[in-house]
Order: sequence, then structure tokens, then C-alpha cells
Amino acid sequence: MSSPVLFALVGTGLFTIGLYALIVHAHLLRRILAINVMGNGVFLVLAAPAGRGPDAWDPVPHAMVITGIVVAVSATALALALLLRLVAATGRTNLPEDPSG
Amino acid sequence: MADHTGGRKTFRLLLALLLSFLAAGLALAVLALPDRGPGLAAMVAAHLADSGVSNPVTAVLLNFRGYDTLLEMGVLLLALVGTWSLAGEGYPREPLAGPVLDLLVRLLVPLMILVAGYLLWIGAHAPGGAFQAGSVLGAAGVLLILAGRHPGGPLAGAALRVALAAGLVVFLLVALAAPPAGRYLLQYPPGSAGGLILLIETAATLSIGCTLAALFLGKRPATTVPKP
Repeated sequence: MSSPVLFALVGTGLFTIGLYALIVHAHLLRRILAINVMGNGVFLVLAAPAGRGPDAWDPVPHAMVITGIVVAVSATALALALLLRLVAATGRTNLPEDPSG
Repeated sequence: MADHTGGRKTFRLLLALLLSFLAAGLALAVLALPDRGPGLAAMVAAHLADSGVSNPVTAVLLNFRGYDTLLEMGVLLLALVGTWSLAGEGYPREPLAGPVLDLLVRLLVPLMILVAGYLLWIGAHAPGGAFQAGSVLGAAGVLLILAGRHPGGPLAGAALRVALAAGLVVFLLVALAAPPAGRYLLQYPPGSAGGLILLIETAATLSIGCTLAALFLGKRPATTVPKP
């Protein structure tokens, strides 16, 4: 198995693990982390096959992933700010419909 | 209580089973990709000489797919506006005291600024560019915030807002200068693409660094320095 395919498979594995954690955990910080892990999986799936070309590697997915990383960082920052505000306002770290723990 | 725990275990097992099907489907999709994709490498290489830079990733980011980068600057600013509009207190923390952090900040922050400048300049013909340099600047800002030495006072008022908006504004001005001259939006004039890319990247580096550090601070920085 060539290394681009291996990295892409690792990316799908990360995505699935992140999705499991997103659904199972109720603590919002864990959910934000799970979304980040899913995002990293997606980046791997997007960027790894760029090395499959016969001669040169494809730079367009690399640029897309750079854009994606910056957007993911911004979204995580906003999500964390929302979480802090939620904790300050209600004192709990999970959404009302989720049982604690 | 035991029933509840048992129910939760079953739920997790069932979820893991379903997700393993999903993982198998995704893996099959990945394995079905052809061994040699055509990709866009040839097309990028063909037009690289006209793009103004010689690094293909920078050419794609700032020239061929410049529209995405323009919107990305907007996304960064939007995240900061959203964070500031929450009017939160940020993460309540005392500045970490200690001589080690002080020394590190004094040594590292000027070095990080230098590295950011180098990454910005080298982006034209080697891996580097605005986002990489902006991240290093943002990290320097985070270090300053952790040590409690982030600039407050008048520098955190209008000057900070100008720095935050500079990347998007400069990019927009360059983009909007093209249609009156008869070109498409974001079409650089031939020959000066390299200089324009450097200008945009410089403003973007400053913006990205300040935005990342401001996002870490979480609240609007105090514009009045507390009296000692």
C-alpha cells in the first residue's frame, strides 16, 4: 500500500473516531476536541492523495488544507469562547438536553 | 441505575458497530481512488511563471485561488468579531510569574518576529508565506499574553483594530482595483503580480498574528493601562 493511500486511510479512521467521540461525550470541550480530530482526518484525506501524481505533487489540495486549517482554528476559537460564556452564564459544561457525565 | 448504565453500554456498542460500517465505506471509497490521478500539478506548473512567485503552493494560495484566501481573511476577522461580541471575560488567569518565563519571552519573542519575517519573505520560492508567518507571530502574541506582557494602553485601541483589518482591507483594495482597469476581479496586472503578492502577504501576516493572539486573549484588551 503506497503511503498516500495509507495516510488517507488514517484520515478516515480519525474521522470515524472523532465522530464516535462527538456523539458519545456530553462535555462540550470534548466535543470541540472531537470536531478538531474529525477535521484533521478530513485534511489528511484531502491532502494525502495529492502525492499520487506521476511526476510532481499536486499543490492545490495543499493550499486548500492550509485554508482549512486556518478556518478550523478560527472556528475552534469561537467555539471555545462560546463554551466559556456558557459556563459563565449557566455554570454547566454540557447542553441542557445532555445528561451530565 | 444499573439499567441506565447497561442501556448506555448497549448504545455505545451499537454506535461503534454503525460507525465501523461508516469507516469501512469510507475506506472503500479511498481505496477506489485511481493509483495515478491527473491532478492539477501540470496546470499549475504551466502557469507558474506568470504567477509572480516560484513556490507552487503560494502561487495557488495568493494568485490562482486568491478568492479563497480573501474569504479566509474574512473568516478570521469574523471569528474575532464573534468572540469579542460575546463580551466574555476570557479565560480567567493570572499572568504566570517566574524568571524562566520572563527570560524565555525576552529571548523568544524577538526571535519569533524574525522567523515570521523570514517565513514571509521565503514564501515566494520555498515553503512559507503569510499564514505560516502569521501563525508564528500569533504564537509570539500568545507567549506575551501568558507572561502578562501583551501591549495594552493606546496600542490596544485603534492601532490594534487597524492591524486586525489590514490584511482583509489590503487584499480587498488590490482585488477591487482590477475591474476599473478592465481586468477581472483579483486579476493582478501582468508583471507586478510578485510585488502585489508580497504586499498582500505582509498585511495578511500582521493581521493573522494579531487575530490569533486576540482570539487567545478572548476579551477586548484593556485600552487603559492600570496605574501601578
